[in-house]
Amino acid sequence: MSTAAITVEGLTKRFGPVTAVDDLSFTVRAGAVTGFLGPNGSGKTTTLRMVLGLMRPSAGRALVGERPYVEHPRPGRVVGSALEASSFHPGRSGLDHLRVYAPQVGVSDARCREVIDLVGLGAAARRRVSGYSMGMRQRLGLATALLTDPPTIVLDEPANGLDPEGIVWLRGFLRHLAEEGRSVLVSSHVLGEVQSTVDDVVVIARGRLVHSSSLAGLAELAEHTTYVEGPDRGAVARLVEQHAWSAEPSGAGWTVADVAAPLVGAAAHAAGVELHELTPRGRDLEQVFLRLTAPPATEGGAR
Amino acid sequence: MRAALLTEYRKLVSTRFWWILLIVMAGYLAFLAAVIAFSVNAETGDGGAPGVPAASGVEAATIVYSLVNAIGYVFPLVIGSLAMTSELRHGTITQSLLVEPRRGVLLAAKLLAAVPLGLLYGVVACLAVVLGGAPVLALVGDGAFLGDGDVLQVLAYGALVTVVWAVIGVAFGALVTNQVAAIVVIIAVTQLVEPIARVGLASVDALAGAAAYLPGAAADAVIGASFFASMGSAEVLSRGAGIAVLLTYAAVLAVLARWTTLRRDLG
Repeated sequence: MSTAAITVEGLTKRFGPVTAVDDLSFTVRAGAVTGFLGPNGSGKTTTLRMVLGLMRPSAGRALVGERPYVEHPRPGRVVGSALEASSFHPGRSGLDHLRVYAPQVGVSDARCREVIDLVGLGAAARRRVSGYSMGMRQRLGLATALLTDPPTIVLDEPANGLDPEGIVWLRGFLRHLAEEGRSVLVSSHVLGEVQSTVDDVVVIARGRLVHSSSLAGLAELAEHTTYVEGPDRGAVARLVEQHAWSAEPSGAGWTVADVAAPLVGAAAHAAGVELHELTPRGRDLEQVFLRLTAPPATEGGAR
Repeated sequence: MRAALLTEYRKLVSTRFWWILLIVMAGYLAFLAAVIAFSVNAETGDGGAPGVPAASGVEAATIVYSLVNAIGYVFPLVIGSLAMTSELRHGTITQSLLVEPRRGVLLAAKLLAAVPLGLLYGVVACLAVVLGGAPVLALVGDGAFLGDGDVLQVLAYGALVTVVWAVIGVAFGALVTNQVAAIVVIIAVTQLVEPIARVGLASVDALAGAAAYLPGAAADAVIGASFFASMGSAEVLSRGAGIAVLLTYAAVLAVLARWTTLRRDLG
C-alpha cells in the first residue's frame, strides 16, 4: 500500500479557451476501489485519457505506479482499461475484438475466451458487435480491461446504458475485483451506481477537484436528518419551535434537518415530551454529491 | 513489432471488407480485361471503341494485362486507406493506442501489414485480367501470349506495384483520416484527376516531363507497359526510377501523417 496505483499531479488540459481539467491532483490507493465522480462534462473522461497517455496534458502529469503510462514497456499488462462502450468495430465479433489486441498484451486465444465467458458474453462471443446491446458492449469493454489480469483497472462510466439487472451485476463484479486486491479507478456521474463498491471517492466539478476522501469521509459531510413523532403533535411542534430547528411536517410527525437523533431525543426528554418514534434518516450521499458539484451560483467550486 | 504486426493482421481479417473488395476488384478487372481485349483488337472504324488504342500481337496483350495497374490500383489504395480511417471512424484507435502507445510503431506496423495484403490483391488482380482477357485475346486477337517474357513481366511487376499501392493507401489514410473523404479523394484522383493530368501535362511541352512523376505514370514505368502510355502520353521513367518515385510518395505521406494525425490527441 506504500505506492499509489495512480498519481495525478496538477493535471491540466486546455482546449483553446476552455479549461477542461484544471490543476487536478489526487491519488488512487493501491488495492482500493476509487470512485471518480462528477457530473457529465466535468472532465472525468479527459482526465482518464491523460492518465492513459491518449492525450497530452497542457500541464502537470499522471503516473501509473512510478512512471507515466506510456513509459511502461507493456502498459496493457499494468493497467486494464475500458474507456468507451462504443469503441468497437461493428463488423468484428466480440471474441475477435479481444483476439486483435491479444498479441500486443501477450495473452493467448484461450485467455480471450476465458474473459468473454467471465463477463457473461460466452454465448455471443462469435456474434458481430453491431448486434450487441449497450449492456453487452459495456461487458465487452470490461472483458478487454481484464484481458491481461492487470493489477490496476480503469473504467470510464461502466454503468452507462446498463439496465438495473446489469447495474447489480456490475456492482458484484467491481466488488469481486476489489476482493482480489486490485486497484480500481471507476468513473461515474451517479454516485449511487458505485456507492456500494467504492472505498474512496474523488469528486470533480468543472475540471477541478471539489472533494477527495474515503467514502466515510464523504458521509461525514452529509446532513443528519431525524424523523420524530409523538402522540401529542402540538407538543412536538412546540419543541421544534423552541429549538428553532428547520423541520417539516411529514406524516404523523416531523422531519428535522441537520440535527442528530440523540439531540432531538435529549431535548424531548428535557421538555417532558413523549415520543413514539425517533429515527435517524439515512445520510443522503447523493445530496452531498449534488451540493459539492453544484454550479458556482449556489456553491463555489472550492478546492 | 512482431506482436504489432500480428495485431494489424488480425484487425484486417476479422472483418469482411477485405474479401468483399477483393471479389469486387476481381470481377471488375476480369470484365474490363475482356472488354478492352475485344476493343484493342477491333478494326478501327468498324466497332473500334473511341479512346481505346488499336494494337495487335504482344502489344495488345500487354495493354490488357497492364490494366492491373492502370485501372485496378484504386482497390489496393482503398483497402490500404481503411487501416487507419476505420480505426478513427469506429473509435478502435483508443484501444490500439492503449496497447501500443508508440505511435510510430503503430503506423509502421500498419504500413508493413499492407505488404502481404497488397500482394494478395496483386496476385488476384493478375489472375482476373488473365481470366477475363486471355480468352478474348486468343479468340479475336493474335493470341493470349501467356508464355511471352514481356507479358509475364507485365503481370509480375503489376502484382509488385499493387503491393506499393496498398502501402501508399495506408499512408494516405493516415493523413486523410476521414474515411469517406479518403475514399472519395482516392477515387477522384485515380479515375479522373490523374488521367486528365497525364494527358494534359503531356500536351504542354514544358510540363511533359513532369507527367512521368505522377504516381500512376511512375507505376506504368515499373510495369513497362500501359493502357495510358499506349494512348501516346509520352515520356516514361526507367523502372528503378519508377519504383523510387512510388516509394517516395509512400514515405512522404507516411511522414506527413506521423507529424500531423499521429501527433494529435487521439482516441
